[in-house]
Amino acid sequence: MKPVPTPNADTKPFWDACNEDRLIVQTCNSCGHKQFYPRALCVKCEGRDLDWQDAAPTGTVHTFTIAHRAPTPAFKEDAPYVLALIDLDDGFRMMMNIVNTPHDAIAIGMPVRITFEERDGQKLPQAEGLTS
Amino acid sequence: MTRKAAITGVGNTKVGEVPGSTCMSLHTEAALAALDDAGLKLADIDGVICAYALSETYPMLSSAFCEYVGAEPNFNAGLHGGGATGAMMVMQAAALVESGTCRHVLCVTGDNRLTGMTRDKAVASLTEFGHPQFEQPYGISIPAAYAMVAQRYLHETGATLEHLAALSVSHRAHAAMHPDAHMTKPITMEDVADARVISSPLRLLDCCPISDGGAALVVSAPDAAADTRKGGVSVLGCGQGHTHEHIVAAPSLIDFGCKTASARAFGAAGVTTDDIDVAEIYDSFTITLLIELESIGFYQKGEAGEAALKGELTHGGRLPCNTHGGLLSFGHSGAAGGMFHVVEGVRQLRGEADQRQVPDAELAFVHGDGGILSAHCSLILGRD
Repeated sequence: MKPVPTPNADTKPFWDACNEDRLIVQTCNSCGHKQFYPRALCVKCEGRDLDWQDAAPTGTVHTFTIAHRAPTPAFKEDAPYVLALIDLDDGFRMMMNIVNTPHDAIAIGMPVRITFEERDGQKLPQAEGLTS
Repeated sequence: MTRKAAITGVGNTKVGEVPGSTCMSLHTEAALAALDDAGLKLADIDGVICAYALSETYPMLSSAFCEYVGAEPNFNAGLHGGGATGAMMVMQAAALVESGTCRHVLCVTGDNRLTGMTRDKAVASLTEFGHPQFEQPYGISIPAAYAMVAQRYLHETGATLEHLAALSVSHRAHAAMHPDAHMTKPITMEDVADARVISSPLRLLDCCPISDGGAALVVSAPDAAADTRKGGVSVLGCGQGHTHEHIVAAPSLIDFGCKTASARAFGAAGVTTDDIDVAEIYDSFTITLLIELESIGFYQKGEAGEAALKGELTHGGRLPCNTHGGLLSFGHSGAAGGMFHVVEGVRQLRGEADQRQVPDAELAFVHGDGGILSAHCSLILGRD
């Protein structure tokens, strides 16, 4: 079975929001920095007063790879699958798969929108290519 | 007599498939080879540093090693910086002997990932380098992470797959000159181009193999090097740079901690890239080396690939690089993978590299990278 994230105290609000089909981002009340992944301090100003804000479910492909060799049996059926770093429009970066998109259409800079994939009771953000 | 810490003994095992080996037997064989090289006995050692292993996952590997060989040192610790560990061990050991804490520190690495755990199990185990919540659920692997770095690098610099292939070919030729190397069958540019894609744009021959093997060295105090059989190679400068562990959190996919690590090492040694005679730089993938050569400052951005194609990175070229064949062809057995670079740097400076010898090599640059270009350590080594 593919890994399912186990939320902890740092990340539970993020994963709970995913389960409601919402993307949220941890935001520093002291300096305004938006950071991913969620932590117990702001890495820009060392502030501890952190909050959550809704994030736009859109972004662009910073880089990607088409993985032909699955590292574990759980991903064998999916190979070749696309792994990407997505720059969200709200200024933070996440790793996702690019799904429901022809592989030959994927390029650096391609706009994407976020969808949610359910996996054993937990929803995960995924990226879907947008043809411009 | 030198004023800096000195590497006084080096050793490595055969690398590749080493039937009958265990994680601990590889550690021991490498350690005894390094001690023999230095003309020392285990009883002369008062400090021990080990790394980590996948095939035998002791939480306290360095204690387990000391127990296995019956050593009771004054100082003993594990160090885990991925592929940077070998260089980091030298930096740590140098601090221990220069501070007077220890006289002779034995640094040991080894793993039998190939025969001890199978290639598939090693690859699966290595996915744990990915973030458990934000990377592993997406099917990350180490090749896929480096492939994403490669895709971005090619996009920004206009470098080509031929540039990457040139490194595969030169490393294989170097390994063919080393009696202990894993991959020695010559390859051509066409072989690299035709190899199956592992994770685009990286092909099989852009990736290092998984190997059994071990490597060790002894770092001695400035006044203790004279007690050893061959004297020492001086550790003239060391530096580290750290920006992230997980690629999702890397501040840049073009510049990495190797920039600060190397700047610190060059500064400490009082030399520049132009002074270096031979370089042994971490090369888990072809892209790893290309990016590091530029980020460190041996080449301008986007120019290292052309240099590789022109033969500048091999014997007779401007910067002979990974003269033992690197991880790409000498082999990769975990922390020992990065230690092989240090061992080769020392052999080059001592004039012991046989047909791989770079004539009159006086200054070597050695660099290790752990994780996904995450943890970096640079060393400047010099002949006394």
